[in-house]
Amino acid sequence: MKNHVLRPLFAFLGIVAIILLARMVLVPKDFGAYDRGYMYSWHRLGNEEDWKKIKVKYQGAEYCKDCHEKNYSSIKKSPHQNIQCENCHGPANTVNGDHYSDTLPKLAIDRSRAQCLRCHFPLPYPSSGRAKIKGIDPDKHNPDVECCMCHNPHMPNLEGLR
Amino acid sequence: MITRRNFLRNAMTGAAALSLPIAAFEIVDPKKLMAKEAESKSKVRWVFLVDTYKCTGCGFCVKACKLENEVPYDTNVTRTWVERYVTTKDGKSHADTPAVGGRDGFTHSTFDLGQGKTLDIKKEDIDKAFFVPKLCNQCENPPCVQVCPVGATYQTPDGVVLVDRSWCIGCGYCIMGCPYGVRFFHPVHHTAEKCNFCYHRITKGLKTACVQACPFGARQIGNLRDPNDPVTKYIMTERVGVLKEEYGTKPQAFYIGLDREVK
Repeated sequence: MKNHVLRPLFAFLGIVAIILLARMVLVPKDFGAYDRGYMYSWHRLGNEEDWKKIKVKYQGAEYCKDCHEKNYSSIKKSPHQNIQCENCHGPANTVNGDHYSDTLPKLAIDRSRAQCLRCHFPLPYPSSGRAKIKGIDPDKHNPDVECCMCHNPHMPNLEGLR
Repeated sequence: MITRRNFLRNAMTGAAALSLPIAAFEIVDPKKLMAKEAESKSKVRWVFLVDTYKCTGCGFCVKACKLENEVPYDTNVTRTWVERYVTTKDGKSHADTPAVGGRDGFTHSTFDLGQGKTLDIKKEDIDKAFFVPKLCNQCENPPCVQVCPVGATYQTPDGVVLVDRSWCIGCGYCIMGCPYGVRFFHPVHHTAEKCNFCYHRITKGLKTACVQACPFGARQIGNLRDPNDPVTKYIMTERVGVLKEEYGTKPQAFYIGLDREVK
Protein backbone atom coordinates (compact mmCIF):
# COMPACT_ATOMS: atom_id res chain seq x y z
CA MET A 1 0.00 0.00 0.00
CA LYS A 2 1.08 3.55 -0.72
CA ASN A 3 2.82 5.42 2.06
CA HIS A 4 0.44 8.38 1.87
CA VAL A 5 -2.47 6.07 2.63
CA LEU A 6 -0.91 4.69 5.78
CA ARG A 7 0.43 8.03 7.01
CA PRO A 8 -2.83 9.15 8.75
CA LEU A 9 -3.01 5.77 10.46
CA PHE A 10 0.50 6.21 11.87
CA ALA A 11 -0.38 9.72 12.98
CA PHE A 12 -3.49 8.39 14.73
CA LEU A 13 -1.59 5.60 16.48
CA GLY A 14 1.00 8.13 17.56
CA ILE A 15 -1.65 10.35 19.16
CA VAL A 16 -3.18 7.35 20.95
CA ALA A 17 0.26 6.39 22.26
CA ILE A 18 0.92 9.92 23.51
CA ILE A 19 -2.43 10.03 25.32
CA LEU A 20 -1.82 6.66 26.95
CA LEU A 21 1.68 7.67 28.05
CA ALA A 22 0.44 11.00 29.40
CA ARG A 23 -2.29 9.14 31.28
CA MET A 24 0.30 6.86 32.89
CA VAL A 25 2.29 9.85 34.10
CA LEU A 26 -0.61 12.04 35.22
CA VAL A 27 -2.97 9.54 36.88
CA PRO A 28 -1.85 8.73 40.42
CA LYS A 29 -0.79 5.12 41.05
CA ASP A 30 -3.50 4.51 43.66
CA PHE A 31 -6.30 5.56 41.32
CA GLY A 32 -8.72 2.73 40.77
CA ALA A 33 -12.14 1.20 41.24
CA TYR A 34 -12.43 -0.11 44.78
CA ASP A 35 -15.23 -1.57 46.90
CA ARG A 36 -18.25 -0.07 45.18
CA GLY A 37 -17.00 -0.60 41.64
CA TYR A 38 -16.39 1.80 38.80
CA MET A 39 -19.64 3.73 39.23
CA TYR A 40 -19.32 4.63 42.90
CA SER A 41 -15.71 4.22 43.99
CA TRP A 42 -13.53 5.18 41.05
CA HIS A 43 -11.08 7.36 42.95
CA ARG A 44 -7.64 8.07 44.33
CA LEU A 45 -7.30 5.87 47.42
CA GLY A 46 -4.93 8.30 49.14
CA ASN A 47 -7.68 10.87 49.41
CA GLU A 48 -9.44 8.84 52.10
CA GLU A 49 -6.34 9.30 54.26
CA ASP A 50 -6.21 13.01 53.38
CA TRP A 51 -9.68 13.46 54.85
CA LYS A 52 -8.84 11.46 57.98
CA LYS A 53 -5.92 13.81 58.62
CA ILE A 54 -8.14 16.92 59.01
CA LYS A 55 -7.65 18.43 62.44
CA VAL A 56 -10.29 17.79 65.10
CA LYS A 57 -11.38 21.11 66.62
CA TYR A 58 -14.34 20.36 68.89
CA GLN A 59 -13.14 18.17 71.76
CA GLY A 60 -16.26 17.79 73.90
CA ALA A 61 -16.93 18.55 77.55
CA GLU A 62 -14.84 15.63 78.85
CA TYR A 63 -11.76 17.34 77.43
CA CYS A 64 -12.40 20.42 79.58
CA LYS A 65 -13.25 18.44 82.74
CA ASP A 66 -9.78 17.86 84.20
CA CYS A 67 -8.64 21.49 84.33
CA HIS A 68 -12.03 23.17 84.73
CA GLU A 69 -13.57 20.70 87.17
CA LYS A 70 -15.60 23.34 89.05
CA ASN A 71 -17.25 24.80 85.97
CA TYR A 72 -17.78 21.35 84.50
CA SER A 73 -19.57 20.00 87.56
CA SER A 74 -21.63 23.15 88.09
CA ILE A 75 -23.13 23.08 84.62
CA LYS A 76 -23.65 19.32 84.76
CA LYS A 77 -25.99 19.84 87.75
CA SER A 78 -27.99 22.55 85.98
CA PRO A 79 -30.75 22.54 83.33
CA HIS A 80 -27.98 23.45 80.89
CA GLN A 81 -26.23 20.13 81.50
CA ASN A 82 -26.56 18.97 77.92
CA ILE A 83 -24.99 22.07 76.42
CA GLN A 84 -21.40 21.44 75.42
CA CYS A 85 -18.77 23.83 76.83
CA GLU A 86 -17.60 24.61 73.32
CA ASN A 87 -21.04 25.75 72.19
CA CYS A 88 -20.46 29.01 74.08
CA HIS A 89 -16.70 28.99 74.69
CA GLY A 90 -15.78 28.13 71.11
CA PRO A 91 -13.86 25.10 69.84
CA ALA A 92 -10.83 24.10 71.94
CA ASN A 93 -8.62 23.75 68.90
CA THR A 94 -8.59 25.95 65.86
CA VAL A 95 -6.57 26.01 62.66
CA ASN A 96 -4.36 28.62 64.30
CA GLY A 97 -3.59 26.89 67.59
CA ASP A 98 -4.63 24.48 70.29
CA HIS A 99 -6.10 25.44 73.65
CA TYR A 100 -4.15 22.73 75.46
CA SER A 101 -0.65 23.66 74.36
CA ASP A 102 2.19 25.97 75.35
CA THR A 103 0.57 28.97 73.76
CA LEU A 104 -2.89 28.39 75.33
CA PRO A 105 -4.83 30.91 73.26
CA LYS A 106 -7.75 32.36 75.19
CA LEU A 107 -11.10 31.14 73.96
CA ALA A 108 -13.55 33.78 72.83
CA ILE A 109 -16.69 33.28 74.92
CA ASP A 110 -19.96 34.14 73.21
CA ARG A 111 -21.84 36.16 75.84
CA SER A 112 -24.25 37.80 73.39
CA ARG A 113 -27.99 37.93 73.88
CA ALA A 114 -28.31 36.23 70.50
CA GLN A 115 -26.53 33.18 71.91
CA CYS A 116 -29.22 32.75 74.61
CA LEU A 117 -32.04 33.57 72.21
CA ARG A 118 -31.10 30.57 70.05
CA CYS A 119 -33.22 28.58 72.50
CA HIS A 120 -34.91 31.18 74.69
CA PHE A 121 -36.71 33.16 72.02
CA PRO A 122 -40.22 31.82 72.50
CA LEU A 123 -41.47 29.87 69.51
CA PRO A 124 -44.62 27.98 70.52
CA TYR A 125 -44.23 25.21 67.95
CA PRO A 126 -46.18 22.15 68.95
CA SER A 127 -44.40 18.82 68.43
CA SER A 128 -41.07 20.61 68.53
CA GLY A 129 -38.75 20.63 71.55
CA ARG A 130 -38.66 24.40 71.33
CA ALA A 131 -42.17 24.74 72.77
CA LYS A 132 -41.00 23.26 76.08
CA ILE A 133 -38.20 25.81 76.62
CA LYS A 134 -38.99 28.94 78.61
CA GLY A 135 -38.56 32.06 76.55
CA ILE A 136 -38.50 35.82 76.94
CA ASP A 137 -39.48 38.65 74.64
CA PRO A 138 -36.07 40.17 73.83
CA ASP A 139 -37.61 43.56 73.06
CA LYS A 140 -39.22 43.83 76.50
CA HIS A 141 -36.98 41.83 78.86
CA ASN A 142 -34.08 44.20 79.70
CA PRO A 143 -33.19 44.77 76.05
CA ASP A 144 -29.99 46.72 76.68
CA VAL A 145 -28.00 44.31 78.84
CA GLU A 146 -26.42 40.96 78.23
CA CYS A 147 -28.30 38.04 79.78
CA CYS A 148 -25.25 36.96 81.79
CA MET A 149 -25.29 40.27 83.69
CA CYS A 150 -28.08 38.75 85.80
CA HIS A 151 -28.26 35.07 84.84
CA ASN A 152 -25.43 32.63 85.35
CA PRO A 153 -25.33 30.34 82.30
CA HIS A 154 -23.78 27.60 84.46
CA MET A 155 -26.62 27.96 86.99
CA PRO A 156 -29.57 29.27 84.98
CA ASN A 157 -32.23 28.63 87.67
CA LEU A 158 -33.60 31.73 89.27
CA GLU A 159 -31.70 30.85 92.50
CA GLY A 160 -28.53 31.42 90.50
CA LEU A 161 -29.37 35.05 89.74
CA ARG A 162 -26.45 37.36 90.24
CA MET B 1 14.36 -1.77 -0.40
CA ILE B 2 15.51 -0.44 2.94
CA THR B 3 16.59 3.15 2.66
CA ARG B 4 18.31 5.00 5.47
CA ARG B 5 15.23 7.19 5.86
CA ASN B 6 12.82 4.24 6.10
CA PHE B 7 15.08 2.42 8.52
CA LEU B 8 15.28 5.40 10.88
CA ARG B 9 11.55 6.01 10.70
CA ASN B 10 10.66 2.37 11.40
CA ALA B 11 13.19 2.18 14.20
CA MET B 12 11.65 5.22 15.92
CA THR B 13 8.10 3.91 15.55
CA GLY B 14 9.14 0.55 16.90
CA ALA B 15 10.90 2.11 19.88
CA ALA B 16 7.86 4.24 20.68
CA ALA B 17 5.58 1.20 20.51
CA LEU B 18 7.90 -0.85 22.75
CA SER B 19 8.03 1.92 25.35
CA LEU B 20 4.27 1.55 25.85
CA PRO B 21 3.78 -1.09 28.50
CA ILE B 22 0.77 -3.33 28.30
CA ALA B 23 -0.57 -1.75 31.48
CA ALA B 24 -1.21 1.52 29.66
CA PHE B 25 -3.83 -0.17 27.51
CA GLU B 26 -5.73 -1.66 30.41
CA ILE B 27 -8.59 0.73 30.99
CA VAL B 28 -11.48 -1.13 32.59
CA ASP B 29 -12.22 -4.81 32.96
CA PRO B 30 -15.95 -5.08 33.77
CA LYS B 31 -15.69 -8.61 35.16
CA LYS B 32 -12.96 -7.64 37.58
CA LEU B 33 -14.92 -4.57 38.69
CA MET B 34 -18.09 -6.58 39.30
CA ALA B 35 -16.16 -9.10 41.38
CA LYS B 36 -14.63 -6.30 43.46
CA GLU B 37 -18.04 -4.81 44.15
CA ALA B 38 -19.45 -8.18 45.22
CA GLU B 39 -16.67 -8.99 47.66
CA SER B 40 -16.94 -5.67 49.48
CA LYS B 41 -18.11 -6.38 53.02
CA SER B 42 -17.16 -3.45 55.18
CA LYS B 43 -17.91 -3.83 58.88
CA VAL B 44 -19.07 -0.23 59.04
CA ARG B 45 -21.91 1.62 57.30
CA TRP B 46 -22.38 5.09 58.69
CA VAL B 47 -25.97 6.29 58.95
CA PHE B 48 -27.62 9.30 60.49
CA LEU B 49 -30.76 9.56 62.58
CA VAL B 50 -32.56 12.89 63.03
CA ASP B 51 -35.36 13.34 65.55
CA THR B 52 -37.39 16.32 64.40
CA TYR B 53 -39.46 16.26 67.59
CA LYS B 54 -36.34 17.04 69.62
CA CYS B 55 -34.88 19.73 67.36
CA THR B 56 -35.39 23.24 68.74
CA GLY B 57 -33.74 25.16 65.92
CA CYS B 58 -30.90 26.47 68.11
CA GLY B 59 -28.42 26.17 65.25
CA PHE B 60 -25.50 24.97 67.38
CA CYS B 61 -25.03 22.11 64.90
CA VAL B 62 -24.56 24.49 61.99
CA LYS B 63 -22.12 26.65 63.96
CA ALA B 64 -20.07 23.64 65.08
CA CYS B 65 -20.05 22.20 61.56
CA LYS B 66 -18.76 25.38 59.98
CA LEU B 67 -15.94 25.78 62.49
CA GLU B 68 -15.03 22.09 62.57
CA ASN B 69 -14.91 21.70 58.81
CA GLU B 70 -13.33 25.05 57.97
CA VAL B 71 -16.24 26.29 55.89
CA PRO B 72 -15.72 30.09 55.98
CA TYR B 73 -17.96 31.26 58.81
CA ASP B 74 -19.62 34.26 57.25
CA THR B 75 -20.10 32.98 53.71
CA ASN B 76 -23.56 31.94 52.63
CA VAL B 77 -22.71 28.24 52.27
CA THR B 78 -22.91 25.45 54.80
CA ARG B 79 -22.67 21.67 54.92
CA THR B 80 -25.67 21.32 57.20
CA TRP B 81 -28.61 23.57 57.89
CA VAL B 82 -31.91 23.72 59.75
CA GLU B 83 -35.29 24.27 58.09
CA ARG B 84 -38.45 25.49 59.79
CA TYR B 85 -41.90 24.30 58.72
CA VAL B 86 -45.13 25.89 59.84
CA THR B 87 -48.61 24.85 58.72
CA THR B 88 -51.26 27.43 59.51
CA LYS B 89 -54.96 26.92 60.20
CA ASP B 90 -55.86 27.99 56.65
CA GLY B 91 -54.01 24.90 55.38
CA LYS B 92 -51.01 26.77 54.00
CA SER B 93 -47.52 25.44 54.60
CA HIS B 94 -44.55 27.73 55.08
CA ALA B 95 -40.86 26.86 55.19
CA ASP B 96 -37.79 28.98 55.74
CA THR B 97 -34.17 28.94 56.82
CA PRO B 98 -32.55 32.09 58.19
CA ALA B 99 -29.22 33.33 56.87
CA VAL B 100 -26.34 30.88 56.67
CA GLY B 101 -28.51 27.84 57.22
CA GLY B 102 -29.74 28.76 60.66
CA ARG B 103 -26.22 29.12 62.03
CA ASP B 104 -27.40 31.64 64.65
CA GLY B 105 -30.63 29.82 65.39
CA PHE B 106 -34.24 30.83 64.94
CA THR B 107 -34.59 34.01 66.96
CA HIS B 108 -37.59 35.51 65.21
CA SER B 109 -41.15 34.39 64.72
CA THR B 110 -41.13 36.26 61.40
CA PHE B 111 -40.72 34.13 58.29
CA ASP B 112 -38.15 35.10 55.71
CA LEU B 113 -39.79 34.42 52.34
CA GLY B 114 -36.80 35.65 50.35
CA GLN B 115 -36.47 38.72 48.12
CA GLY B 116 -37.02 40.98 51.12
CA LYS B 117 -40.51 39.62 51.83
CA THR B 118 -41.43 38.52 55.32
CA LEU B 119 -44.44 36.87 56.87
CA ASP B 120 -45.62 37.15 60.44
CA ILE B 121 -47.51 34.12 61.71
CA LYS B 122 -49.53 34.55 64.87
CA LYS B 123 -49.36 31.92 67.57
CA GLU B 124 -53.11 31.27 67.28
CA ASP B 125 -52.82 30.49 63.56
CA ILE B 126 -50.28 27.68 63.92
CA ASP B 127 -51.57 24.17 63.34
CA LYS B 128 -48.24 22.42 63.36
CA ALA B 129 -44.69 23.63 63.36
CA PHE B 130 -41.30 21.99 63.68
CA PHE B 131 -37.65 22.12 62.65
CA VAL B 132 -35.85 19.77 60.29
CA PRO B 133 -32.05 19.62 60.26
CA LYS B 134 -30.63 18.70 56.86
CA LEU B 135 -27.28 17.25 55.89
CA CYS B 136 -25.81 14.90 53.30
CA ASN B 137 -27.79 11.65 53.13
CA GLN B 138 -24.67 9.64 52.17
CA CYS B 139 -26.89 7.79 49.68
CA GLU B 140 -26.29 4.15 48.95
CA ASN B 141 -26.66 5.05 45.25
CA PRO B 142 -25.24 8.59 45.20
CA PRO B 143 -26.19 10.41 41.96
CA CYS B 144 -23.51 13.02 42.65
CA VAL B 145 -20.85 10.32 42.35
CA GLN B 146 -22.29 8.87 39.16
CA VAL B 147 -22.10 12.19 37.34
CA CYS B 148 -18.51 13.06 38.31
CA PRO B 149 -16.54 12.91 35.06
CA VAL B 150 -13.10 12.68 36.69
CA GLY B 151 -13.49 10.36 39.69
CA ALA B 152 -13.06 13.20 42.18
CA THR B 153 -16.04 12.19 44.28
CA TYR B 154 -16.58 8.67 45.46
CA GLN B 155 -18.07 6.45 48.12
CA THR B 156 -15.80 4.98 50.77
CA PRO B 157 -16.27 1.34 51.89
CA ASP B 158 -18.05 2.63 55.02
CA GLY B 159 -20.63 4.46 52.92
CA VAL B 160 -19.49 8.07 53.18
CA VAL B 161 -19.26 10.13 49.98
CA LEU B 162 -16.08 12.19 49.86
CA VAL B 163 -14.67 14.78 47.46
CA ASP B 164 -11.03 14.71 46.37
CA ARG B 165 -10.15 18.40 46.37
CA SER B 166 -6.95 17.85 44.43
CA TRP B 167 -8.81 16.03 41.66
CA CYS B 168 -12.08 18.04 41.41
CA ILE B 169 -12.18 20.20 38.27
CA GLY B 170 -15.12 22.29 39.50
CA CYS B 171 -17.54 21.39 36.70
CA GLY B 172 -20.47 21.47 39.11
CA TYR B 173 -22.28 18.41 37.73
CA CYS B 174 -22.49 16.91 41.22
CA ILE B 175 -23.98 20.11 42.63
CA MET B 176 -26.78 19.89 40.07
CA GLY B 177 -27.03 16.11 40.40
CA CYS B 178 -27.76 16.07 44.11
CA PRO B 179 -31.54 16.02 44.63
CA TYR B 180 -31.08 17.27 48.20
CA GLY B 181 -29.03 20.35 47.39
CA VAL B 182 -26.34 19.53 49.92
CA ARG B 183 -23.41 20.31 47.63
CA PHE B 184 -21.85 23.70 46.95
CA PHE B 185 -18.57 25.23 45.87
CA HIS B 186 -16.08 25.81 48.67
CA PRO B 187 -15.31 29.55 48.62
CA VAL B 188 -11.61 28.98 49.34
CA HIS B 189 -10.74 25.74 47.57
CA HIS B 190 -13.09 26.36 44.60
CA THR B 191 -14.00 22.68 44.53
CA ALA B 192 -17.21 20.82 45.25
CA GLU B 193 -17.90 20.61 48.98
CA LYS B 194 -20.32 18.55 51.02
CA CYS B 195 -21.03 17.06 54.42
CA ASN B 196 -18.90 13.97 54.97
CA PHE B 197 -20.20 13.01 58.42
CA CYS B 198 -16.98 14.61 59.80
CA TYR B 199 -14.95 11.77 58.32
CA HIS B 200 -11.87 12.84 60.32
CA ARG B 201 -13.86 12.45 63.53
CA ILE B 202 -15.95 9.31 62.96
CA THR B 203 -12.88 7.36 61.79
CA LYS B 204 -11.25 8.25 65.13
CA GLY B 205 -14.23 7.02 67.15
CA LEU B 206 -15.62 10.50 67.81
CA LYS B 207 -19.13 11.73 67.05
CA THR B 208 -19.61 14.28 64.28
CA ALA B 209 -19.30 17.91 65.34
CA CYS B 210 -23.04 18.49 64.87
CA VAL B 211 -24.01 15.43 66.91
CA GLN B 212 -21.70 16.51 69.73
CA ALA B 213 -22.94 20.10 69.66
CA CYS B 214 -26.65 19.20 69.72
CA PRO B 215 -27.90 19.69 73.32
CA PHE B 216 -31.16 17.85 72.66
CA GLY B 217 -30.04 14.60 71.08
CA ALA B 218 -31.89 15.47 67.88
CA ARG B 219 -28.93 14.25 65.80
CA GLN B 220 -27.36 10.83 66.10
CA ILE B 221 -24.84 8.92 64.05
CA GLY B 222 -24.52 5.17 64.01
CA ASN B 223 -23.17 2.11 62.27
CA LEU B 224 -25.89 0.20 60.43
CA ARG B 225 -23.77 -2.98 60.33
CA ASP B 226 -23.56 -3.11 64.14
CA PRO B 227 -26.79 -4.71 65.43
CA ASN B 228 -26.13 -3.43 68.96
CA ASP B 229 -25.82 0.20 67.92
CA PRO B 230 -28.76 2.15 69.42
CA VAL B 231 -29.22 4.02 66.13
CA THR B 232 -29.39 0.74 64.19
CA LYS B 233 -31.82 -0.71 66.70
CA TYR B 234 -34.06 2.32 66.36
CA ILE B 235 -34.00 2.31 62.55
CA MET B 236 -34.73 -1.41 62.43
CA THR B 237 -37.59 -1.43 64.93
CA GLU B 238 -39.26 1.98 64.76
CA ARG B 239 -40.92 4.04 62.04
CA VAL B 240 -38.45 6.28 60.26
CA GLY B 241 -38.62 8.17 57.00
CA VAL B 242 -36.13 9.27 54.39
CA LEU B 243 -36.12 12.24 52.04
CA LYS B 244 -37.13 11.91 48.37
CA GLU B 245 -37.24 8.14 48.39
CA GLU B 246 -38.77 8.17 44.88
CA TYR B 247 -35.41 9.19 43.39
CA GLY B 248 -33.96 5.76 44.13
CA THR B 249 -30.87 7.19 45.78
CA LYS B 250 -31.38 5.11 48.94
CA PRO B 251 -30.60 7.93 51.38
CA GLN B 252 -29.01 6.89 54.67
CA ALA B 253 -30.11 9.80 56.82
CA PHE B 254 -33.25 8.64 58.61
CA TYR B 255 -35.81 11.02 60.06
CA ILE B 256 -38.22 10.64 62.94
CA GLY B 257 -41.38 12.73 62.52
CA LEU B 258 -41.13 13.62 58.84
CA ASP B 259 -44.13 15.28 57.29
CA ARG B 260 -45.21 15.32 53.65
CA GLU B 261 -44.26 18.97 53.11
CA VAL B 262 -40.66 18.19 54.04
CA LYS B 263 -38.77 17.59 50.81
